[in-house]
Amino acid sequence: MFAYLVKRVFQAIAVMFVISLIAFAIQGNLGDPLRELVGQSVSEEVRQQLRDELGLNDSFLTQYLRFAGNALQGDLGTSYFFKEPALDVIMKKLPATLELVFGATLIIVGLSVPLGVYTAIKPDTILSRIIMGLSIVGISIPVFLTAILMIFVFSVSYGWFPSFGRGDVVHVWGYWETNFVTADGWMHIILPSFALASIMLPLFVRLIRAEMMEVLQSEYVKYAVAKGIRPWRIYFVHALKNTLLPVITVGGVQIGTMVAYTILTETVFQWPGMGFMFLEAVNRVDTPLIVAYLIVVGFIFVVTNTIVDLIYGLVNPTVNLARMGA
Amino acid sequence: MSLLSVRDLTVKFAMRDETVTALNGISFDVAKGERLGIVGESGAGKSITGFSLMNLISRPGYVDRGEILLDGEDVVKMNDKRLRQLRGDKMAMIFQDPMVTLNPVLTIGQQMIETLLAHRKLSREEARQIAIVKLREVYIPSPEDRLDQYPHELSGGMRQRIIIAIALLLDPELIIADEPTTALDVTIQADIMELLLELCQSNKVGLILITHDLGVVSQMTERTLVMYAGRIIEAGRTREIINDPQHPYTQGLINALPQQTLPGHKLRQIPGNMPSLTNIPPGCPFNPRCEYATDLCRSKLPEVIQYGEVQVACHEVERLHAEGARQEQNA
Amino acid sequence: MSTETVSPRAEPSRWSKIVNSNMGYSFRRNPVAVVSLIIFALIAGAAFLSPWIAPYDPYDPAQIDIMNSEYPPAWVSGSLPEFVLGTDDQGRDLWSTILYGTRLSLLIGICAVALQAFLGISIGLLAGYIGGRLDNLLMRMADIQLSFSTLMVAIIFLAVTQAMFGSETFNQYAVFFLIAVIGVAEWPQYARTVRATVLAEKKKEYIDSARVLGFGPMRIMVRHILPNSLSPIFVISTVQVANAIISEASLSFLGLGMPPSQPSLGSLISSGFDYIFSGSWWITVIPGVVLVVLVLVINLLGDWMRDVLNPKLYKG
Repeated sequence: MFAYLVKRVFQAIAVMFVISLIAFAIQGNLGDPLRELVGQSVSEEVRQQLRDELGLNDSFLTQYLRFAGNALQGDLGTSYFFKEPALDVIMKKLPATLELVFGATLIIVGLSVPLGVYTAIKPDTILSRIIMGLSIVGISIPVFLTAILMIFVFSVSYGWFPSFGRGDVVHVWGYWETNFVTADGWMHIILPSFALASIMLPLFVRLIRAEMMEVLQSEYVKYAVAKGIRPWRIYFVHALKNTLLPVITVGGVQIGTMVAYTILTETVFQWPGMGFMFLEAVNRVDTPLIVAYLIVVGFIFVVTNTIVDLIYGLVNPTVNLARMGA
Repeated sequence: MSLLSVRDLTVKFAMRDETVTALNGISFDVAKGERLGIVGESGAGKSITGFSLMNLISRPGYVDRGEILLDGEDVVKMNDKRLRQLRGDKMAMIFQDPMVTLNPVLTIGQQMIETLLAHRKLSREEARQIAIVKLREVYIPSPEDRLDQYPHELSGGMRQRIIIAIALLLDPELIIADEPTTALDVTIQADIMELLLELCQSNKVGLILITHDLGVVSQMTERTLVMYAGRIIEAGRTREIINDPQHPYTQGLINALPQQTLPGHKLRQIPGNMPSLTNIPPGCPFNPRCEYATDLCRSKLPEVIQYGEVQVACHEVERLHAEGARQEQNA
Repeated sequence: MSTETVSPRAEPSRWSKIVNSNMGYSFRRNPVAVVSLIIFALIAGAAFLSPWIAPYDPYDPAQIDIMNSEYPPAWVSGSLPEFVLGTDDQGRDLWSTILYGTRLSLLIGICAVALQAFLGISIGLLAGYIGGRLDNLLMRMADIQLSFSTLMVAIIFLAVTQAMFGSETFNQYAVFFLIAVIGVAEWPQYARTVRATVLAEKKKEYIDSARVLGFGPMRIMVRHILPNSLSPIFVISTVQVANAIISEASLSFLGLGMPPSQPSLGSLISSGFDYIFSGSWWITVIPGVVLVVLVLVINLLGDWMRDVLNPKLYKG
C-alpha cells in the first residue's frame, strides 16, 4: 500500500513538473512584462537595465528555478488586469466553480445510478427505451448549446429561472461564498448545474447500463440466482459493486472534461467562476493569470486523479496495492 | 416415489433465423440419495439439462414442453418466489469453473452467510457458525480466517471446495454438479471428486454429475445417462453401461478411454464430430459416424427401448448384440 | 505490396459480400440505422455541394448587406421571401451560411479524426509490437493525456496560440489549428485499442510463421495485425467524428475556433447567442438544430455499428 502510494505521488509530481515547464514556456513567450510595467515610452538603455533587474537575461535554468520556487511558495505572479496576486484572483473565483461542479456531480451521481441500473435490469420496457433514446440525444448536444437552449426556454421564454450570475450568495469562510443557502442562490445554480451535467449524465447512464448488463451475464450472478438469493440483493450487492469499479476509473478521467465544461457553462451563464475568468484573461492577454490558471487546474487534475486511483485500489479487493507498488 | 422425475423435457433456443432444439424430449428419474451421471460430448445438451432442472435457462432459451417434478412439484411451472425457495435449499448447484463462480468483490463469508439468510431465519452469528462447520467438512484449513478472505486470495481447488461447502450449507436433497473439476488442475481433480462422493454418501444427498469422463462416472455414480445431440441414447445402471454398452456411441466412448488401450497403441477415437444442433441429420443423429448404420438408421429416428438391463435408442441393437457375441466366440 | 493488388473482378463480389453479410442484413432490419444514414448522407451531400446549392456566398462581402440583418425565417411574420431561414446579425442568408458552416464542421471533424487515427494506430502498433519500456512509457502518456481531456488541452493550446499570434493570423489558420489540436489530443483512444489487438495477435502462431518466413515487422504489423483491429477502429471512428464536431463547435463558441467571418456551426451559434435575448432566436436555434441532428445521426450509426460488430473495446 505504502509503496503504491509513493509511486503514485511520484508520478503526480512528474506530471506537475511537465505542467510547470509548459506554464513557464507560456510565460516566457506570451506578452512582454516590460511593456506591462513601464509602457513603450522608455529608452532601450533603461529597458536593458530593467531586464537585468527582473532577471529576464538570466539563463533558462535560473529563470525556471526562480519561477518554480516562487510557484511552490504560492507566488504565481501578479495579474496585469486586477493588479493582484494571480493566485488570489483564482482563489476568489474557485468557490463559484466548485459549487457548480458540486451541483452537477450531485445530479450526475444521483440520477445516473438509478437510471443505469433500471435500464440494465429492464431493458425492454418502454421507459427504458425512452431513457436510452433521450441519453443518445443527450450526448449529441454540446454543453454550451444545452445551456443556451435552457436560457432560451426557461429564462427568455418562460422567465422561470434567472439567466446569468450567481444571485444572492452568503459568505461562509475565507473566499467561500455559497449559493446553497438562499432561495435566490438555488434558482441561479439550477440551470448551470443541469447544463454542466447534461452531457456527462447520459454518458454515465449508458456506461452503467452497459457494465451492469455485462455483469448480469456473468457466472457469479447466475450462481447467486442458483443459490436462491433475492433479485434486489443480486442487483444491488452482487452486480452493482462490480459495475461501479470500471465506472470509478472512467469517472476519474471525466473530471478533466468536467473542468473544461465549466469554462463553457460559466461563459454562457456568466457565472463568476474561474472558467469565465480564464476566458477573460485570454482576451486581455493577462499572462500571469493564464499561467496561474493552468497550474491550478493542472494541480486539481493531478490530485483528483491520484485520489481516484487510490480509491479504486481500496474499493477493488482484487487490486493488490502492495504488489502494484513493487 | 422418486425425488426427481423429468418427463419429455424439451428446451429450445430462439435464434435470429430459426429455433434450435437443444434438448429433445428427455425423460429420467433420480431416487432419494441416488447418484446419477450424465455423460456426453460438449454440445450434447448435458449442461442445459443441469441448468433446466434449476429453471436457470435464460433467454433466448426456453422450456418448450415437458415437466420436471421435484417431489411432485413442477419446476417448469413454478413462480419465482417458490423457485427462489428451492434453489440453494432443496437443490443446489456446483458450477464448472470455480475461478468465475464466486463474486470477486464479496468475501467468502458474505457469500456463504447470504445463502443461509436467504432461506433460514438465523442471526448472522449463527449463520457464520454453520458456515465454519461446513468449511471444516470440506477440509478447509482455519475456516474462520477464510470467511474474511476474497475469492482471488484462494486457489482454484480451494474455491471449488468452498463451492461444495456452499452447496451443502442447507442440507439439500439434490446436488447438480456441472463438470465440477474440468477447470481444475489434473492433480486435484481426483481429490475434489472423492470429497464430493464422500459428502454425498455421508449426507445421503442425491447427485447429478454432469461430465464427459466415463471413468469418473464409473467411480462416482450408480446410474448413467448417455446423451447425444440433445437426446438420451442410452440409460441404465452404471455397471451395466460400462461393462456391456449397447449403443454404438457408448461403445465408442468406452473404447476411446485410455485405460482400454494397450501402451504404445493408438487411442481409438470415434470418427467425425457431433453434429451441430442447427444441422442434425435425419434418422438417428449418430448415423453419419456409425459403422453399423443402415438405411433405416438414416431415415427413422430410433425409439428408446428396454434391452436387457438398459434402455437404448438404436435400431440395430439386436444385430449388434449378436455380432458382438459371435466375435467373442471367435476370439 | 504491388503483388497483392486486388483484381478488378473481385470488386463487385466484395461489395455484394458486404450487402449480404451480417452487417448488411442487420442494417436493412434496423430502421433507425437506415434513417440515420439517409439523413447523414443528405446533410453531408448538401454541405459539400454548398457552393452550388447555396443561394448566396457568405464569404463574399459584395453579397452581404448589413441592412438585411436579423430578418426572421419565412414562416415568421416580418420575413423577406428571399431569405428562407432568415438572416444573421451581419445580414448573411442563414440557409447559405449554415450550408457553408456545416461543410466546415464536417471537414474539421473528419480531418481531425483521420489525424487521430493515423497517430493512434501508429503509436498503438509500435507500443504493442515493441513492448517493454517503450510500451510502458507510451501507455503512461496515453493515460495522462486522457485524464486531461481533449477540450481542456485544446482550450489552453488555442488560447495561448491566439494570444501569441494575435487574432488576425490566428483566424487565417484557425482550420489547421483546430484539426491539429483535436487530432493530436485524442490519439490514446486508438492507440489503446490497437495495442490491445497487437498484444492478443502477437501470441498467435501465424505471426510467428510470418516472422520465420522473413517478413519485416512493418509488413507483419500492417498486413497481418492491423486488419484484426479494423472493427474496433471503425466503431471508434464514428463516435470520434461526432465528438470532434462537438469539440470544434465548443471551441468556436468560446471564440477559440472559426472566426465569425468564416463561420462553422459553432461560431454561428455563438454569434447568434448575443441576439437571443432580443428575440432573434433563429440565428442560434436553427444552426443548433442542424448541429444536434448531424451529431445525433452519427452517434446512432455508431451505436448500431457497435451492436453489430461488437468489438472488444479498450476499457479504462
